[in-house]
Amino acid sequence: MSHYILDIIYIIGALSFIFGIKLLGKPESAKRGNFIAAIGMTISIIGTIFLFNSGSAETIVHLQNVPLIFTAILIGTIIGTIMAKRVQMTQMPQMVSFFNGMGGACAALISLVEYHHVSTLPVVDGIPAMETGKAIVIYLGLIIGSISFAGSMLAYLKLDEKIKDKVLPFQQVINVGLMAVILGIAACSIFGWFVIPNALYLLLAISLMYGVLFVMPIGGADMPVVISLLNSFTGVAAAFGGFLYDNKVMLFGGILVGSAGTLLTVLMCKAMNRSLLNVLIGNFGGGANKGEARAITGNIKEITKTDAASLMKYSKKVVIVPGYGLAVAQAQHICHELEQQLEANDVEVKYAIHPVAGRMPGHMNVLLAESNVAYEKLMEMDEINPEFKTTDVVLVVGANDVVNPAAKNDPASPIYGMPILNVEEAATVIVMKRSMKAGYAGIENELFYNDKTRMLFGDAKKSLTELVAELKNV
Amino acid sequence: MEQVLEFISVNKEMFYLVALMIFLGIELIEKVPSVLHTPLMSGANAIHGVVIIGAIIILGEATDTVSKILGFIAVVLGTLNVVGGFVVTDRMLDMFKKKKKQN
Repeated sequence: MSHYILDIIYIIGALSFIFGIKLLGKPESAKRGNFIAAIGMTISIIGTIFLFNSGSAETIVHLQNVPLIFTAILIGTIIGTIMAKRVQMTQMPQMVSFFNGMGGACAALISLVEYHHVSTLPVVDGIPAMETGKAIVIYLGLIIGSISFAGSMLAYLKLDEKIKDKVLPFQQVINVGLMAVILGIAACSIFGWFVIPNALYLLLAISLMYGVLFVMPIGGADMPVVISLLNSFTGVAAAFGGFLYDNKVMLFGGILVGSAGTLLTVLMCKAMNRSLLNVLIGNFGGGANKGEARAITGNIKEITKTDAASLMKYSKKVVIVPGYGLAVAQAQHICHELEQQLEANDVEVKYAIHPVAGRMPGHMNVLLAESNVAYEKLMEMDEINPEFKTTDVVLVVGANDVVNPAAKNDPASPIYGMPILNVEEAATVIVMKRSMKAGYAGIENELFYNDKTRMLFGDAKKSLTELVAELKNV
Repeated sequence: MEQVLEFISVNKEMFYLVALMIFLGIELIEKVPSVLHTPLMSGANAIHGVVIIGAIIILGEATDTVSKILGFIAVVLGTLNVVGGFVVTDRMLDMFKKKKKQN
């Protein structure tokens, strides 16, 4: 009886994941979708603890070590909740990467333990317990789980700026070679062609190394794509767990995330107008093309805060282009204040959100929404681009690559082909920047030398605060 | 090779399911506005935490100390993935909701 109930719980769990993802795709129902998926997950977990039967239909064997299981869940829940509640909105991408790595490690550990469990079972009728099918699932689960864990942790450290991009000589050759070694060892062990002592641990070590080397050369601006890709890797690793235990809810959840995650990765690449392959081997921001890019000459023109304030105050329409610099300076709230101050003077204010503004698609929307900027003021690139011609002042706050005209007119530039915001079509462009340092992609921006451009150097938060004060004065 | 084919044959329902789920996953995501990419990635991240069920089974069936320790760690990590994932997603989506009330 109890076994049937668990099956029904798993069906509900699997359906909750499908509905959850479906509802997550619409702004108005997203929160409900997340909640539904969480409920499905909770009942699946509790059902497994109390109703899982590892015996047969006649002799029911429930799970042991229940107090241990609950202790582990309690520890995980407390740490997970604290981390998730404390993290700053700007650090969201690395947090997602971190949790993703935990899932990968979990999948790898399952494979490790299960390998020992299965390989020590006695040989019955000449058939070892480790059938080929099971071996494939265990080995692949270990490989993908470890790659996902190591890669995610490195992505987390890189986004946190604890580790810089680094490209080894012959990086791609090394990576392809390592992958071949991994597949070779796995195939030998699975099919028993060749006995390699401690093959499993060897695989674990090489897979972890591969995960690190896979993410190491990929530039910071491409990190969201990598996290999304690693996310779908973990999904696949979870699905292998589903195969291992003939557990449909694990299979459903895993494959669903695996395929949705892969598509999401491709969509992100599209937003940057690049192919996935190009992201993975292109060493974006690694400096491969830097030398060839066109040298930029010209003078930059600075503007004082007083002039900037009066220029904006007597404009009809101001478009604010926020970038990651705004988020880093925690200036989204003061930016909203500036917007209110301008609107009080009958200036129309809109925000132009590039698809990859911030660190991930949609990241900037989350940050601005946090400081109460109205949803309909946030314009997507395709909506706002035709409007720049009729805009008096564009205020670029801490954005760089997404307004770099090199993407349109310099084929040698690493960001060539990426759709950008055509801010130079506006009457005046004010660029707020900490210094003349290049953006995340590590390339120069000729916009700064444009005749229409005025530079306003300084910390985004400080400058915006002073601008608001000036607006009140003039 | 035969063993592999046999494995596929024995588990054919699973393979049907996998094929269908791949299409379903693609179908579900296709028309999502880019605004929601981040919360969606985070939500999907929490869902693959379902791998914790495997960890629970491991710990529940563990008899020796090494398996118990590894299983325990696996459950802790799996829980981190699930709980952290859902809570972070919820926080992100809160940002959208709060602003809606104002309008």
